[in-house]
Amino acid sequence: MKDADKKRLLREMIFFRRFEDRCFEAYMERKIGGFLHLYSGQEAVATGVLDMARTGQGEKNDYVITGYRDHIHAIKTGAPAREVMAELFGKETGSSKGRGGSMHIFDASQNFMGGYALVGQPFPLAAGLAMGAKHKGTDQIAICFLGDGANNQGTFHETLNMASVWNLPVLFVCENNGYAIGTHIDRSTAQPEQYKRVDTAYNIKSSQHDGMNIETVLKEAKKAIDYVRKEQKPYFIEFMTYRFRGHSMSDAKGYRTRDEELEWEQRDPIKNFSKNLIKEGLITEQDIKAMEKEIDDEIENDIIKFAEESPEPKVEELTRYVLDDNPDPRWVGPLQK
Amino acid sequence: MAETAYWEAIRRAHDEEMARDKMVIAMGEDIGVAGGTYKATLGLYDKYGEDRVIDCPISENSYTGIGIGASMVGMRPIIEIMSINFALLALDTIVNAAAKIRYMSGGQLQCPIVMRTPGGTAHQLAAQHSARLARMFMSTSGLRVVTPRGPLDAYGMLKSAIRSNDPVIIIEHEQMYNLKEDIPEEEFFRSLEGAEVVREGTDITLIGYNYSVHLCLEAAKRLEADGISAEVVDLRALKPIDRETIRESVEKTHNVLVAEEDEAPVGVGSEIITGIIEDCFFALDSQPVRIHAADVPVPYNAKLEKAAIPHADDVYQGALKVLGKI
Repeated sequence: MKDADKKRLLREMIFFRRFEDRCFEAYMERKIGGFLHLYSGQEAVATGVLDMARTGQGEKNDYVITGYRDHIHAIKTGAPAREVMAELFGKETGSSKGRGGSMHIFDASQNFMGGYALVGQPFPLAAGLAMGAKHKGTDQIAICFLGDGANNQGTFHETLNMASVWNLPVLFVCENNGYAIGTHIDRSTAQPEQYKRVDTAYNIKSSQHDGMNIETVLKEAKKAIDYVRKEQKPYFIEFMTYRFRGHSMSDAKGYRTRDEELEWEQRDPIKNFSKNLIKEGLITEQDIKAMEKEIDDEIENDIIKFAEESPEPKVEELTRYVLDDNPDPRWVGPLQK
Repeated sequence: MAETAYWEAIRRAHDEEMARDKMVIAMGEDIGVAGGTYKATLGLYDKYGEDRVIDCPISENSYTGIGIGASMVGMRPIIEIMSINFALLALDTIVNAAAKIRYMSGGQLQCPIVMRTPGGTAHQLAAQHSARLARMFMSTSGLRVVTPRGPLDAYGMLKSAIRSNDPVIIIEHEQMYNLKEDIPEEEFFRSLEGAEVVREGTDITLIGYNYSVHLCLEAAKRLEADGISAEVVDLRALKPIDRETIRESVEKTHNVLVAEEDEAPVGVGSEIITGIIEDCFFALDSQPVRIHAADVPVPYNAKLEKAAIPHADDVYQGALKVLGKI
């Protein structure tokens, strides 16, 4: 990896952490409503995988889809951060024009195909995106990020089976943070090693890796993405990770011990990557402090400002986007007598 | 014009649309090699191949979801669900995904899928193969729900549904697949909206949809023999409902009956009669009546089954009741 890339990735991960921290504050200030699920702790997974995916090419991007913990996946795929924040503020300028909120960020222009609140629902949608790409003869792949909790839904089993039978180019990224909302994986899942649930059962290659180390994620994601694109087959990659905050804002984290949290905090992907870069002499502590300051300024003076100052959707437009707003009268017009 | 069975009409629409646009695909259980439970895709596997006529495993929720995902990137999947009872397994992807993705994304994405499924009571198929469930889909924002009563609409509405940019649920009926009708040989489309007066009359309006239109037509013939002129309205679309055509008919006849094969609570009849009360209450000369199934799971025993669902005679008797003749 090039030195410039290392510094860029560190900056991105710090940005993602600070972005989510600022969401937390905005939620406390009641600027953000509804449910809010923050990604802090898991940054290396989305950052690393999506750095290896095809992004930045608009409609040629790989398709990305995920669950409700979706802000960072959207931004890393290419959704402007200020639009994501505006969405959280419920504004017309938001990623989904204020109709979706935190759990439903979409940016179709970047092939970010959405965040979904039904656990496990993105599995089949992702396979369908892959089917579409394959049918059109492009070499795009679909990347589906979901947590370990989603793997106990029927859609996991049904979709992995079909993705394998039909050779669909989809990468299933399992972000195993050990908890299905507030229930530990050992208490909910007969086989806690997620990657073992797919290889013999569905004839899909799979592997498990450290999701707290950005360099590991980059290396393993590249191999998996290359495989899916080249072989036109699904792959299942599991990253062991941890969320530093609760499942959502209403979560008091009573289901896990402080010792466990401290143990995982030692593996903080940002702290450890920072340490490595300092050790390698690429960056100093002061540089990181300056970087953090610059990011905070950007978040406050650009992103939050944009979200604050943007208009809300018009109530007169409440019923837009339910159905096609400009349907062809041949299919839905007045009935010919 | 060519005499065409309901199933042949559906097959023809598939064939023409698949020949025109390679983004149109068919998905479902046993629709390919086996030719389809209702023959709706007979021969198309050989013509278009396994990538376009896709035999699915018995995983309704996820293959419907895969179709929805494919539709988000430009494909036009026609998904057959063998029985509407099994569509309950796919409710999550239909109701929570297909119906909401356009809205949740602020209009950025659309899900132009067609889901075809028969809903109705056939011959002693018992409780888990006899449900109607139209009411479940018509209560969901973001869907279109249509109920072709014969080959003309079965062909023309499927053609429109494939080209429409909205998710469309087409509710068919196991008793109608062999129903025949003359339909034009040249290509045509039938709107996914709009009720239709299928028989004109002046004394009472009989409203039906899907199979119950035929019960209404049969009852209308018997009423005619009694000197009563019944108008029959086919709703055609349950979402959105064409309230204007209903109002015009009720303002003409001043009496109304709604026939549905489904159970009554929170159903099509409740919705239609509420609309009539809101739109033209003072045009009514009598209390509206609903003819509907008994509020029971459909029984296996033939006698019990017959007693559970409405027949043309029930519509006839209901009409006489509305008009104060009995």
